Amino acid sequence: MKFEKIKTDLLIIGGGTAGCYAALTASENSDVKILICEKAHIKRSGCLAAGVNALNAYITEGHTPKDYVEYARKDADGIVRDDLLYSMCERLNKVTKRLEDMGLVILKDENGKYVARGNRNIKINGENIKPLLASAVEKLPNVTILNRVNVIDFSVSDNRIRGAFAFGIENGTFYTIEADAVIVATGGAAGLYRPNNPGFSRHKMWYPPFNTGAGYAMGIKHGAEMTTLEMRFIALRCKDTIAPTGTLAQGAGAKQINSLGEVYETKYGLTTSERVYGTVCENLEGRGPCYLKTEGVSPETEDSLIRAYLNMAPSQTIKWIESGRNISEQNVEIEGTEPYIVGGHTASGYWVDTNRQTTIKGLYAAGDVAGGCPQKYVTGALAEGEIAALSAVKFISESKASPIGEDEIKAHISETEGFMSKGTSLFTAEQLEEAMQTVMDSYAGGIKTSYRFNEKQLDIADMKIRQIEKLSESLHAEDYQELMYIYELRERLTVCRSVIAHLKARHETRWHSFAENLDYPEKDNANWRKYVNSRMENGEIKIILRELTEEGQRAYEHSN
Amino acid sequence: MSIAIDKSKCIGCGKCRNVCPGTLIKQDDDGKAYIKYPKDCWGCTSCIKECPVYAISFFLGADMGGRGSMVHTEKKNGLLRWVIESPGGDITNIDIDPKESNKY
Repeated sequence: MKFEKIKTDLLIIGGGTAGCYAALTASENSDVKILICEKAHIKRSGCLAAGVNALNAYITEGHTPKDYVEYARKDADGIVRDDLLYSMCERLNKVTKRLEDMGLVILKDENGKYVARGNRNIKINGENIKPLLASAVEKLPNVTILNRVNVIDFSVSDNRIRGAFAFGIENGTFYTIEADAVIVATGGAAGLYRPNNPGFSRHKMWYPPFNTGAGYAMGIKHGAEMTTLEMRFIALRCKDTIAPTGTLAQGAGAKQINSLGEVYETKYGLTTSERVYGTVCENLEGRGPCYLKTEGVSPETEDSLIRAYLNMAPSQTIKWIESGRNISEQNVEIEGTEPYIVGGHTASGYWVDTNRQTTIKGLYAAGDVAGGCPQKYVTGALAEGEIAALSAVKFISESKASPIGEDEIKAHISETEGFMSKGTSLFTAEQLEEAMQTVMDSYAGGIKTSYRFNEKQLDIADMKIRQIEKLSESLHAEDYQELMYIYELRERLTVCRSVIAHLKARHETRWHSFAENLDYPEKDNANWRKYVNSRMENGEIKIILRELTEEGQRAYEHSN
Repeated sequence: MSIAIDKSKCIGCGKCRNVCPGTLIKQDDDGKAYIKYPKDCWGCTSCIKECPVYAISFFLGADMGGRGSMVHTEKKNGLLRWVIESPGGDITNIDIDPKESNKY
């Protein structure tokens, strides 16, 4: 192992959607030195690797940011932060224009106006959206990018961030990075639960399988406050390919029908969680499988759908072609995915103030890792990257971090070297990952139990996850990639424990499927219009219940 | 789903290895690319779009209903061509104009 110490002003962890935009913003608004650590390569890392074919968060003509805030609040049944939603919404159209200036193709009408898909979406060709963003970042003079560098821990002293530790997956270098401010933009967590296709195609999932909850885990371990981790996200997807359904439902107007041909979506409601729940119920009550009705679509629609999916989820197009039948001759079977923790869709993540500062001073969160602000999608993640960057730049001008102590560096090096130098271990990271996913699936509301759980099951889940955590201490890595797998597993285990604690804390069922607590199957507005937050103290998770902020409130500061 | 790399076509440029979001592609001593962790592929097709000699194809796993078609992309006259070859040798070409937006 080689060793390198880097000093920078602003460290951005994760070069995905939010991280890239944070770098752009910080670079254009200051002359601070910026370092991006990306565990893959920024050209195609994060959620946008394959592309995306609509921008789902846009204030379309005739609408206002307030409309979007109200939609997001309704979808999350009230558990949101208006200050975060408003500050995001007010930036959505500006960041969209910026994407267009970078070269993103957006569909326009004859008057040069964007064509809306529904109330909040616009249509694009987003196959190359990530390369466009990445190349804009690569051109910036004061930004250094370290690709294939995996950050494993923050350095925090007196609740103030002062940098992070990382290692190079390909160059075997251990990095100590000192920074005056850090933006964590590592995305959400996939792979906590047993996936839809657990065999050869185990990574054919909705969310990037490489987003392992690293940002959540590092924050949890350092006592950062987290919010709403119990609001898991389950996507309703095309069966097998786990391709998006929005293009069919919102774009082509396909309705959700059961095997009897009945439209069932109206029976259960139209929020994101209700659409999943309805599908689960129809299956449980013997009316499955469920479909999106594409039978009878026009040849023109068919051609457009074939193309739209190639730009975003090509496996669905291949599936149609391999079936030998036209889209108009068959409906698309749908199913719910395994649960994910992802703050771009639900409200889970770091508890941040309006400036996206976490409860650790100088540590900012943007994108899927930041909580309280659901329905971000791509443009919302960009907006949060911008807000976090502006806040971090201001912070850097006012506050400098102390250097990282030698003892702390040595302890981290010795941990990584420990995993590399141990003899063979009985278990592998892969085996423990499967064990973890099986536990979460069986006892913490996975696909196996139709997303439902009770308190006794959660207790078993917690006990078993702790056992696996213990086993993970003696894992052995042959190379730096395997070392990354060990850290990823341990990150996921940390997140699992917090998710279990949050699921257990909310004594109601506010969101069907997302948090379906069989001990408390009803919604309880009298007692649970609250944020469930948590903080790790001495290795145990302490739950903090906070009153909801006011509707329309525009600012929130951390107070305790 | 996963990918297959045709070593006889690979020129060892390393572009696929460079771009893979999972760090799943490695290069042999002769520089030729191979996928070390086929089960960990997300199916994003980034590597396929990078390959200058069309040596990489993707396929749907049997567990997700795949029937053996191999798919790659080619860049021609400013278009992105998706080439889908069935096990029987039938070829379907779909040309996408990157300047044209999705209609849905």
